[in-house]
Amino acid sequence: MNALLNSGADGLMLGLIYGVAAMGLTLIFGVMRVVNLAHGAAIVAGMFWVYLISTAFHIHPYISLGLILVAGLIIGVAIYFIAIHRIIDSPELMTLLSTYSVSLMVIGAGTVFFSTTPRSISVDLGLLSVGPVQILGSRIASAVFSLAVTGLLYALLYRTRLGTYIRAVSNNRSAASLVGINTRLVLAVSFGLGIMMASFAGGLIGTLFPFTVLSGGPYELRSFLIVVLGGLGNPTGALAGGILLGLIEGVATQFLQVSWVPVLEFTLLVVILLVRPEGILARWNR
Amino acid sequence: MSAFRRPAFWALLGLIVLGALAPLATGSGSLRESFFLILMFLVLASSLNLILGYAGYVNFGHIVYFGLGSYVAMFCITRFGLHLIPSMLIAAVFAATVAFLLGTAVLRLRGAYFAIATIGVNEAVRVLVGNLDFLGGSLGIFLNLSVYGAYGGPGGALIMAYALMVILALAVVAASFVVKRSKFGLALQSIRENEDAAQTLGIDSPHLKRLAYALSAFFPALAGPVYFFKNGNITPDAAFSLTTSIEAMVQLMLGGFGTVVGPVIGSVVYEQLRGSLLTSALFRDLHVVIAGAVLLLIVLFATGGITGVLRQRSRLLWGLLE
Repeated sequence: MNALLNSGADGLMLGLIYGVAAMGLTLIFGVMRVVNLAHGAAIVAGMFWVYLISTAFHIHPYISLGLILVAGLIIGVAIYFIAIHRIIDSPELMTLLSTYSVSLMVIGAGTVFFSTTPRSISVDLGLLSVGPVQILGSRIASAVFSLAVTGLLYALLYRTRLGTYIRAVSNNRSAASLVGINTRLVLAVSFGLGIMMASFAGGLIGTLFPFTVLSGGPYELRSFLIVVLGGLGNPTGALAGGILLGLIEGVATQFLQVSWVPVLEFTLLVVILLVRPEGILARWNR
Repeated sequence: MSAFRRPAFWALLGLIVLGALAPLATGSGSLRESFFLILMFLVLASSLNLILGYAGYVNFGHIVYFGLGSYVAMFCITRFGLHLIPSMLIAAVFAATVAFLLGTAVLRLRGAYFAIATIGVNEAVRVLVGNLDFLGGSLGIFLNLSVYGAYGGPGGALIMAYALMVILALAVVAASFVVKRSKFGLALQSIRENEDAAQTLGIDSPHLKRLAYALSAFFPALAGPVYFFKNGNITPDAAFSLTTSIEAMVQLMLGGFGTVVGPVIGSVVYEQLRGSLLTSALFRDLHVVIAGAVLLLIVLFATGGITGVLRQRSRLLWGLLE
């Protein structure tokens, strides 16, 4: 029972980080109907960003995490204008391929510069005991950061003019453009925000687990699963889906061999897509 | 069948045969190896074209049938001591049946949902096979060297594998030609342009889509066994590699999707490009980056690929390049 509580708590913390990554993916899909296949690359970029900044300048990983919020947004906006804006109205195949090509370039360049040797960022915040449950301090900190960034995103979406524009464009792009919203800019910023969330989550994961240039794949697939759990295009659903997946992973490892957990996850992904493509957690969509 | 009366059909098949004979005539082993890879990717890209190019369904997990077929055939060879060719046929029928059944469900999804589902199916099967002990788990299946005895030793097996791949390439190109010129192909293309309108006009789109999907699964399930038979071993990561799947997609886009010659041109050009990049010291490490850049440029500026550009240039080519 104690083991179950422990892994459940671990899963919950991890799930919040997964949720942040998935919100990045779902935000982009919700606003512009683009499935961002560079999502995994953005996650890895976040990991390496934190790794490089904190080892090169000897500053605390959590400070370089803060810098991601700015850098991720700028890079995301740049990617939008280079790779997506021209084909935003083309069939889905085109945006799928263009974001995938961005991923190829990022991962390819990363492999050249950093090879595929595992790296890690050490953050030691001790161990916290709550009754029978023991949790690593770094995990609690990551969970708190995840909640903070989620809060910021919500404040942006629901309390600012830009957020209103983003929601308007996501509802109906041509109507938004008719009432004078600069849709080009809104789309770019939304894509930037999506990349930013993914990189931030990547940075957080980097402080918890070792990683390589190729680590993005499994996390990208998890984000897909979460987004499908919560309903494509629905940020709240993504957060809930993240927590749910974290819990499933935490609890399932108690009953299944670790290598069977991904079998469960991917089967779940396909089954949910088939049975309830609008997501099992979605009560409202869009 | 109207396809057989068209000169372009015979010209294309003839060109492939001529190309395929070159390494045998010169006796160059390395040339044969690189042609073998080109032909394998030709089969992958061309069969992907049936569902992606004709019917417009973005299938990222095409490789799942390559892997499934390979595992079935390798299992038949090692466990029951079957010959390669019957094992291939069993594998292909198995894969096409799985695709037909799975297609009934998965093809109800459209656009991005379908794309994600195909990735999910491939990954689910990959991790599942890695967990199955009777398929060798994550280490996979190894062929004993003595297996090749029945094919005239390893040398004879290499030649046979090459010949089989040539036949498969011809078969898949012929099939895409025939499908394209048929009522079936026309229906698929109308589904690509506007599925709802096609259905309104009486096209049984769910059934035709799953037929196309099963047909597109048939060919990689034949090519996979040849590839892994020649390799001597198979692992889940090699058999269900998303990277290979997407490479085939890049080749299809490069050549021009929805056309018969597109995947042929795409696989030849891409493999040549990769070969020359890999041998130059400057670009060896960057070949993935360059593949990405090429893909991005095609998507942004030349959606029709090489075939599309050529067809726009001249009326003669318009007729010749199906």
